[in-house]
Amino acid sequence: MANTEQQKKQKQYEKYVKQVTPTHNLPLNMVKAFVTGGLICVLGQVILNFAKSRGLDTEMAGTWCSVILILLSVILTGFNIYPKIGKFGGAGGLVPITGFANSVAASAIEFKAEGQVFGIGCKIFTIAGPVILYGILSSWVLGIIYYVLKLMGVIS
Amino acid sequence: MSKKHTRGAASIAFQEPVYIQSSASIVSKKEGEGPLRDSFDMICEDPMFGTKTWEAAESTMQKEAATLAIGKAGLKPKDIRMLFAGDLLAQTIASSFGIAEMGIPFYGLYGACSTMGESLSLGAMAIAAGYGEHILCATSSHFASAEKEFRFPLGYGNQRPFSATWTVTGSGACVLGSCPPPKSISDKKLPLRVGNGCAVITGITTGKIMDYGLKDSLNMGGCMAPAACDTIYQNLTDFARSPSDYDYIFTGDLGVVGQKILIDLLADKGIDIRNVHDDCGLLIFDNETQDTHAGGSGCGCSATVLASHILPKIAAGEWKRILFVPTGALLSKVSFNEGESVPGIAHAVVIEHVEAE
Repeated sequence: MANTEQQKKQKQYEKYVKQVTPTHNLPLNMVKAFVTGGLICVLGQVILNFAKSRGLDTEMAGTWCSVILILLSVILTGFNIYPKIGKFGGAGGLVPITGFANSVAASAIEFKAEGQVFGIGCKIFTIAGPVILYGILSSWVLGIIYYVLKLMGVIS
Repeated sequence: MSKKHTRGAASIAFQEPVYIQSSASIVSKKEGEGPLRDSFDMICEDPMFGTKTWEAAESTMQKEAATLAIGKAGLKPKDIRMLFAGDLLAQTIASSFGIAEMGIPFYGLYGACSTMGESLSLGAMAIAAGYGEHILCATSSHFASAEKEFRFPLGYGNQRPFSATWTVTGSGACVLGSCPPPKSISDKKLPLRVGNGCAVITGITTGKIMDYGLKDSLNMGGCMAPAACDTIYQNLTDFARSPSDYDYIFTGDLGVVGQKILIDLLADKGIDIRNVHDDCGLLIFDNETQDTHAGGSGCGCSATVLASHILPKIAAGEWKRILFVPTGALLSKVSFNEGESVPGIAHAVVIEHVEAE
């Protein structure tokens, strides 16, 4: 009884705090994210088209595109410019491959002082780790679904 | 001892005032560009303080602040009977590594951002009990080491909510003593004394841990405001005072959001502090131009604002009596990840102006 009373009070307080806390303007942030993410993708497309025009096949051009974007992101992280892009663009800066590279590079820089093994080695994927783990897990699940559907003849 | 020092349920009134003999503050570049830029003793442009890691930087900063405070009081490290110090890092390494080589008997504290209140309370108690002639109280925080301890690597491009505060890179230290500080002797030895005016600690109220169940670690103001409310209310009750008995009530780092909540919570109890309240986190930065969102935070926030801005004004007699209430959020990365709430704590220190004989 006392417990539910307390929970009710906590809920009330949480609601009240939410009311008085200013929040970011969601539509504006979405526009910023769209523009930032869009620009990164346009840059990727430019690299891709350029690589293709130099005679690379689609797969090879795609690899070059990823590698160059990652390199750019890591360099910008090192010069403390990528955090500014992330601050402006939010998910628009974090979701593309450049955001992934930023999270890895930032961890490496931060934990360098704790040594090559226990610092960089253990902590380089503190932010990116979940993405890798659950990315692999979900592609495994999708693979099984694909396999089953193929056995059933749903997809050829 | 026959004299009774306790007041009410959680406060102490010192029979003999405890003098704050000197105060020192060191901050980094961003704080040095803020509204209090002219008040700090030292502004270090290099956030690494000449070291290789953020932790070593914070240690160095705390050691420098302690050395400065001792020097300003005209003392040597060996004159200090004991030292109460703390910081935000796990196992309070900034304090233990920074102050180790000074050779002063040391008590390490953790009260999150309320640590300056905790160290002043314990230091004042020790002086009042006659356990030492001179006691040093110091705390520090560093933006980069705190981000690393509690949040993300600095280079990670994330967005901070408006309720988030900005950890102050700074360290504040005070020397407490049983007698008034000496008159200033030279440019280097500048005790906290204006003419005969001094700042003394006359009472404290020890805070309870308050938990309203809030889990948002990026809304520290909301997590800590209930603790500040409880401690201020307790202080006013124990000393039978009203807010107007204080020239100011300074909370530590509630920020914009926490300040509003505190005022509302106290209003619910029938206490209006609107005219006397200010927050160290709102004084140290200009939130509009410095992009600090809700304000400054960290042990160093309340400690440097106290040392640089508040104490000199009390010594000068501009303010006769203030209540200093640093607030802390008692969370760790582990408790946060395990889904625990963020409990708050606040310790109140009554500081008054006196004329030394």
